[in-house]
Amino acid sequence: MSESTLSLNAATSGLPVVPEWRRIMNRVVGHRGLLLGSSILGVIVVLALLAPWIAPHDPFAQNISQRMIPPVWHDKGTWDHIFGTDKLGRDYLSRLLYGARISLSIGLLAALISGLIGTTLGVLAGYFGGRVDAVISYIITTRLALPVLLVALAMASLVGGGSVETVVVLLGLLLWDRFAVVARSTTQQLREAEFIASAKVIGASTSYILIRELLPNILSALIVVMTLEMAHAILLEATLSFLGLGVQAPMPSWGLMISEGKSYMFFKPWVIAIPGITLMLLVLAINLVGDGLRDMNAPEGRN
Amino acid sequence: MLVFIFRRLLVAFSVAITVSIVSFMLLHFSGDLAVSIAGPDSTAEQVEQIRIDFGLDKPVVFQYFDWVWSALQGDFGRSYYFQDSVMSLITERMPVTLTLGAVSLALATVVAIPLGVIAAIKQDTWVDRLALTIACVGQAMPSFWFALTLIVIFAVNLHWLPAGGSSTWQHFVLPAIALGYYATPAMMRLTRTGMLEVLGSDYIRTARSKGLSETSVIFKHALRNAVIPVVALAAVELGFMLGGSIVIESVFSLKGLGQLAWDAISRNDYPVVQAVVLIIAVFYIVLTLLADVLNAMLDPRLRVR
Repeated sequence: MSESTLSLNAATSGLPVVPEWRRIMNRVVGHRGLLLGSSILGVIVVLALLAPWIAPHDPFAQNISQRMIPPVWHDKGTWDHIFGTDKLGRDYLSRLLYGARISLSIGLLAALISGLIGTTLGVLAGYFGGRVDAVISYIITTRLALPVLLVALAMASLVGGGSVETVVVLLGLLLWDRFAVVARSTTQQLREAEFIASAKVIGASTSYILIRELLPNILSALIVVMTLEMAHAILLEATLSFLGLGVQAPMPSWGLMISEGKSYMFFKPWVIAIPGITLMLLVLAINLVGDGLRDMNAPEGRN
Repeated sequence: MLVFIFRRLLVAFSVAITVSIVSFMLLHFSGDLAVSIAGPDSTAEQVEQIRIDFGLDKPVVFQYFDWVWSALQGDFGRSYYFQDSVMSLITERMPVTLTLGAVSLALATVVAIPLGVIAAIKQDTWVDRLALTIACVGQAMPSFWFALTLIVIFAVNLHWLPAGGSSTWQHFVLPAIALGYYATPAMMRLTRTGMLEVLGSDYIRTARSKGLSETSVIFKHALRNAVIPVVALAAVELGFMLGGSIVIESVFSLKGLGQLAWDAISRNDYPVVQAVVLIIAVFYIVLTLLADVLNAMLDPRLRVR
């Protein structure tokens, strides 16, 4: 694809050659959703990474005399606690910043594990076809029939409640279906491609063909799935933690913060509004990046 | 077509069997059930007694066949917490969850299809963008948080609707919105792309050139064809909703299947957990089967596979 065809097209149509990266940059900036999504995501990632240095307070430090202080835009708010404090007097902003680390790392790690499982299954099914495909497709169908949330809750409860690691492993083991479906169909499309045939002719081993020739060509489709599953994992972690079987107290998981604020929400709605909106922003940003990347992968000028 | 349906039924049945094996194994290998049931303060003898009482001392394969054999006869064993047969617990709770699922799906359809049609007709205008933006934001909202927000706004501040319970139809409005909104974006997008595809096709041009009115073209000719895949998707979404109702039911304290599963999970009442997982999976399998058949009726090419 890339440069040779590009310069060829440009030469035949008599247009000046635009460097590849400039073309990509133009499309990224031209795509409002992708620009917005990656900006929000970028800000959240930077804030999460810098949490130990920029958090105004210790996220675990309790202060009974400073309980349930409202956020700064409220009449009784103070600049010392911009987003207020929770029922134990812990600073909400600091907890949010540290919570971003939990959400992001669980999302990323769970998506990596499920990506590894799903891609392996999907590539094998798509490349070998026949019986292998039949067996793997059956496994995918079975996995789709399992109610994810119910099974995750039941397993988390039997494993004995969640730590960050348990949640990552559980979600990683349950969310690989979309990776497998996409890897399978993209591999099927490329199986008969010329570059695969020529690799076979020069005697490359099957593992070489799959890893070095095929994988790089389906990677862009997989990255799109990766963003979707990251968002999915983050929402599921929040749900598990909200129900008490995910990340455990006193960790500042956003789902757990909403759960802890639940009994105060009637008179102090900000205790659930703040972590809820943050969670929504993060998931929205990741989804926008995913949608944008998918549009980038589509041939130019198509939506 | 009959051969296709028969083959699909066969696959569906074997998937159901596999799901039963997988859910059984998952629970049995996640931890020692006897220890979980006995609780943290029990002695080793008590744990052993429970192991024998619940048949947990036998090999897992035997336990599985025991379970499946009675399950096929409609007997899922006894709940050790509720002191009742699992089957009667489930039949007692099922209507609430099915009502919730049906109302949620109806709401989602009523919102998604008109929005999708409007977005397609007004493609690339602000109406279209607004619809897509709402879909995008909707997908990012965690359902439990949306449910709590609905309670704060409509039950606490406006006093329009009750916050929890299941005695009247009003009790189902907020939960159905909270559960149904999640299916709306996908259905809206599919309606939109389906309509765009159909509106660009030759027979629509023919219909228009015959001088048919625009409403007749859109509703009689275009929507009829665009809507079938949406109906198929709706069936699948209903399956997801039944699985996801556990969160909504716990937030609104609706006494349905999800709440039952939640109570059972938090008390390690595994006969109930196994039965609910299997029943929800079977619902999903049946609904996807219906969706497949529906799509195959529309597109004969799909029947070959």
